[in-house]
Amino acid sequence: MNNLKLIFDSNTWQEIFGSIQKNRTRTIITIIGVLWGIFVYIAMSGAAKGLDNGFKITFQSLSINSMIVWAQSTSIPYEGYKTGRRLSLDLADVEALKKAIPEIKDIAPRNAQGNFGTSSSRVVHGPKNGQYTIYADYPDFANIMAMEIYDGGRFINHEDIEQSRKVCVLGERSKAELFDEDEDPIGAYVKIDDVYFQVIGVNKYNNSINFNNDSDIYIPFSTFKKLYNTGEKVGYFIVAAYDDADVVQVEKDVKATLKRRHRVSPDDERAFGGFNLGEIFNRFMGFAEGMTFLSLIVGIATILAGVIGIGNILLISVKERTKEIGVRRALGATPGEVKTLIILESIFLTVVAGIFGIVLGAMVLNAVGAMTEGGDFPYANPTVPIPYVLGAMAIMILLGTLIGMIPAQRAVSIKPIDALREE
Amino acid sequence: MIHIKDLHKSYKMGKNSLHVLKGINFNVEAGELVAIMGSSGSGKSTLLNILGMLDVADEGSYQLDGVPIVNLNETKAAQYRNKFLGFIFQSFNLINYKSALENVALPLYYQGVGRKERAEKALMYLEQVGLKEWATHLPSELSGGQKQRVAIARAMAAEPKVLLADEPTGALDSKTSYEVMDLIQKINDQGNTILVVTHEPDIAEMCKRVVVLKDGIILEDKKVNQVRAESYVQ
Repeated sequence: MNNLKLIFDSNTWQEIFGSIQKNRTRTIITIIGVLWGIFVYIAMSGAAKGLDNGFKITFQSLSINSMIVWAQSTSIPYEGYKTGRRLSLDLADVEALKKAIPEIKDIAPRNAQGNFGTSSSRVVHGPKNGQYTIYADYPDFANIMAMEIYDGGRFINHEDIEQSRKVCVLGERSKAELFDEDEDPIGAYVKIDDVYFQVIGVNKYNNSINFNNDSDIYIPFSTFKKLYNTGEKVGYFIVAAYDDADVVQVEKDVKATLKRRHRVSPDDERAFGGFNLGEIFNRFMGFAEGMTFLSLIVGIATILAGVIGIGNILLISVKERTKEIGVRRALGATPGEVKTLIILESIFLTVVAGIFGIVLGAMVLNAVGAMTEGGDFPYANPTVPIPYVLGAMAIMILLGTLIGMIPAQRAVSIKPIDALREE
Repeated sequence: MIHIKDLHKSYKMGKNSLHVLKGINFNVEAGELVAIMGSSGSGKSTLLNILGMLDVADEGSYQLDGVPIVNLNETKAAQYRNKFLGFIFQSFNLINYKSALENVALPLYYQGVGRKERAEKALMYLEQVGLKEWATHLPSELSGGQKQRVAIARAMAAEPKVLLADEPTGALDSKTSYEVMDLIQKINDQGNTILVVTHEPDIAEMCKRVVVLKDGIILEDKKVNQVRAESYVQ
């Protein structure tokens, strides 16, 4: 096919540049339409990706399919109990929940001294001391929360629980406040509410969403029980479901199971409180996904509008050049050559506009990325995957071809003799 | 060179049909310089368009250099036009954003001649029409006579069998007209076959043969003693 030969012929491109240069201002204004479209697409989908990455980083230290469940008071009388009965969770609930709901991966029962209305504990090390919140934990907590411990230390293990060892994990700030800067806290003893605890680790605090404070101190659940005389009571559960589980359903199942065990009306919405992280995370991710989808729709629609603009301008250009096209055909230009030239012009304009749009979009993404770097705004590494960029280019070439066919057909639909007569 | 037999052409104007050519028989030998005359509506432009393969006859046969011109589609017609014919128009029809040289080179582009060779050839033909120094100028920088001479160079660049000139002097004053006719005569002297459509008797006198059309038939076909345009040009 000699049309293919035409594309790679330098003369063809000379002809195209010739006709483009003929009306430079109009050409530039025309390609801005497509440029804008691809720019919007790149900038928006890159920003969506940045948000997506940002959310993921924010939630990284958390088992994302997790929730917190705690006990409140009943609001409906049930089985002879009056309304307003204070409920509390207990350790037996853990096994019952695990048995009843197979979607549950881990349950970390926790107690705390120092929040939820209890006074914080006085912790002493040598001459230094402070008031801190003490948490009672099982090793499972570290599975759910991705606790990071500084080198040389460890988190609470099963032996600690079984033997009710008096060991503790300090927070970054509590360590800094209780120990000298160059002092190794591991193996040292601190006094928590007049009982000596050996330090086994220091928690590395990170700034993403979690339930920790950088001063919190963790001790084994069983030790806490004895120290504060809490018996089998549990302050709250952190429940982690498997990744493929529906967290909203799991939350419902957990509450239903707890209501059955604690003799609470199934309709009592206030008896147990819950905070579903998975649901919130999914909502954030859904937002990022929605942004990606929206940017795709808006981008494609804008590109389409731009390409239609190019088609429109080429139609005008063909109309203006009717006589010239007639002359060319009298001189021996075949309809195929005339058509190919106009379609190539359309593709060329689209692709040039596209490349400029991509470059501009990438520059803006870079600038925004640099500006938000290190800030609190959940935004990181805004990128557009290469296949998406190539896909956008392919769509533009396709659209450029299709839209170019209209003026091209118009150009050859006029007989050369009529075209020559045109004044 | 050109053999036309019993050529008919009519145009449909709504319900009426306008019979423009009513059986034209006409031969042109190689090297002839023929003037086609006639008042407007006589069918001379239609005849030229059919000869130029810009239009198709309803009936009759047309042979150009031994090639029967039948059943042409647009692509084939374009290729034949490029190979066999050179056009000279009344309004020059140069492409206004291309230089004189590029205009002359255009038919060669459609012949698939390489860029370098195209430029060389085009410059050679510009030199023949005396406009070598104007090669890089745009048509808007040329006078009417110069434009027509560029157009003539363009028509010749493809080395066609026949040059077809449609009122080549129609837009020029008489002095420039004679200069253009002088050029056409000189090209004819080199052995090129040229058909000139005109309604000016003095231009027709400068050809070797005059064909007069009236109401779609040939009224008169005579050899004339050629008046050399040179004698009018100082």
